[in-house]
Order: sequence, then C-alpha cells, then structure tokens
Amino acid sequence: MVILFWKVRRLFMHEMSIAQNLIEIIKDEMIRHDAKALKSALLHVGQLTAIVPESLSFCFEVMTSGTEMEGAELIIEIIPLKAMCRECEKTFEVQDYAFECPYCGSSDIETVAGQDLSIVEMEVN
Amino acid sequence: MKISVIKNILEANDRIAQENRTIFDEKGLMVINLMSSPGAGKTCLLEKTVDALKDDLRIGVIEGDVQSSQDAERIAKSGIPVVQINTGGACHLDGNMIRDTFQEFNFDALDLLVVENVGNLVCPAEFKVGEDFKAMILSVTEGDDKPAKYPLMFHESKVLLINKIDLLPYVDCSIEKIREEALKINPHMIMFEISCKTGEGLEAWYAWLKQETKSRRSA
Repeated sequence: MVILFWKVRRLFMHEMSIAQNLIEIIKDEMIRHDAKALKSALLHVGQLTAIVPESLSFCFEVMTSGTEMEGAELIIEIIPLKAMCRECEKTFEVQDYAFECPYCGSSDIETVAGQDLSIVEMEVN
Repeated sequence: MKISVIKNILEANDRIAQENRTIFDEKGLMVINLMSSPGAGKTCLLEKTVDALKDDLRIGVIEGDVQSSQDAERIAKSGIPVVQINTGGACHLDGNMIRDTFQEFNFDALDLLVVENVGNLVCPAEFKVGEDFKAMILSVTEGDDKPAKYPLMFHESKVLLINKIDLLPYVDCSIEKIREEALKINPHMIMFEISCKTGEGLEAWYAWLKQETKSRRSA
C-alpha cells in the first residue's frame, strides 16, 4: 500500500482550485498583452455547475492580494440551463432540472448551455 | 483595454484527465470515479465488490481522502493493489493527483480501476480524472431530497447505488421518490438498490459491473 500526500495551496472548497486555474489563465493573458493591472474579468458560470459565486469571488480576492490582480472585480454571469430535444429538435430552458422535452415529452435531450465555467473577457491597464 | 479570452477555466484539468484517459484506453482498463457524501458506504461497497469479483476481474483501487490511510488499509486486506491519496485539504481528486499514482500500478495486470473520491456530494462532480464513467452512492439515511439538492452529481453519474436499504423501516425516506427525482435529472441513470450490510441487491450490481468491464475489455 502506498500513500501519496498532496499539500495545501488549497482550502476546503473547490472554488479555491477553480480560482487558482482562473488566475493562471489571467496571468498568461496579461503577459501576452503586456498588461500591468487587472481591472475586471467576466466569467460565465452555468446554472448546472456546483460553483458558489460568492465563494469564487472570495477565493479570488484572497489569492490575488498583493499581486497585479489585486482589487480586480470578478463579474459572474450565470448562464441558464438549456437543452435541445433530439426527437423534435426544439431548444428549451430546463426548469427545475427536469431533463424532459416540454414539447414532445422525450428524455432524449442534449444539454446545450448551462454547464459553462469559462472566462470570457477581461479588462486590463 | 478589454481583452476577449473565452477559455474553459478547468481546461488544464480537463487536458490532464484526457491524457489519463488515453493511457487507460491503451491498456483497455475500465476506470470508475466513485463518489458520495462521507459515510454513504463507498469503502464498504468496494470491499464487498472486490471480495465478490476478485476471481473474475483484476481490480485496483485509488483511495482519496483529506487525511488518513484507513480506507486503503481496509482495501489492502483483500490483497489487491491500492494507493491512498491524502489531499491535505482539497475536497476532491483531480487529474493530476490520479496521474501521480500511475507509477504505483501495473495497468497491464488490471481490468478495472476504481477511484474512490473524497466524500462530498458537490465538488468531485466538477473535476474529471479520466474515468469511463462516474458512479455515485446515496444512502437512505441521507434522505430522498438529495437529487433535488445536488443536481450536478446526479446529472453526471451514470450509475446510482441506493445503499443501506436495510434501514428503510427506520428512516423517512422513499426509494420511489429518489428514483423519480434522479430520473428527472438524469433519465438514463442506472440504479441499484443495495445493502452492503445484508448483501441484498449486490448480486445485480456485481453482474452488471462484470459485464460492463468485460465488454470494455473486448471493445
């Protein structure tokens, strides 16, 4: 039996890992565009994710303190859950997480939006 | 200055998970990401499953916990290869942690690798590790309101094992409601009603798992 230890830089919420990934992406983009400071970043967070926006903002704030990203605002836009029916090919908003087509009753449906977790735009100086 | 980015924030993990997946595919190894809240019976189900199937399938296990090696010690008793990951605080396993265990396994000598994720109904659903599919356990003592409260986990899991059904007479939990709510979120979910304590319902799970692993091996 083997035990592997992974150590911190992570807190007890997974928003910490997500903030860490976000910071890496922003850092790369800032270097690429020779930016000195981050003013804001726009995120799309799908309704069907397990992200608490307040926790993500909190983690981001803590982890960027003292960096070129300090004080930047995270603008989090929640993307509603949408699906397409493979039977009747209509697109609809999924209500109460019920994955059933409201038009023809089929459950052969495909999620088309609402599982996003992406950075869309950032404003820098 | 505004910069348009449009990047999946978890792409780094998704990429590593995909690399893991490629390695598993090359070895024809079936990999299950097993998730549930703490105490739902993940390790117990694994002990029973390994005992029942170890003559038919060569099974390996990765145990994920915040701390301690108790789960790996339990699994190691059955004599199969097991690696314990202590996340040191993180509430989920990710692709990188799984990749770090590869050197400890001989994948050529395995048919099935089960990754027992950290006990949590929220976070693990968000992070791929390179699995064929996710399976989850819900025990009846947790209540029948859980699918509605944790839709992502139920949406992402191919299999739901409803555990501790021997305790149904003592708890206010309706199996029908669990089934109904889970199928609303995930109409194709495969469900097993089991008791790891009495063994009820486990034969159906063993037979299904054996069949799935064998068809994966021959694919």
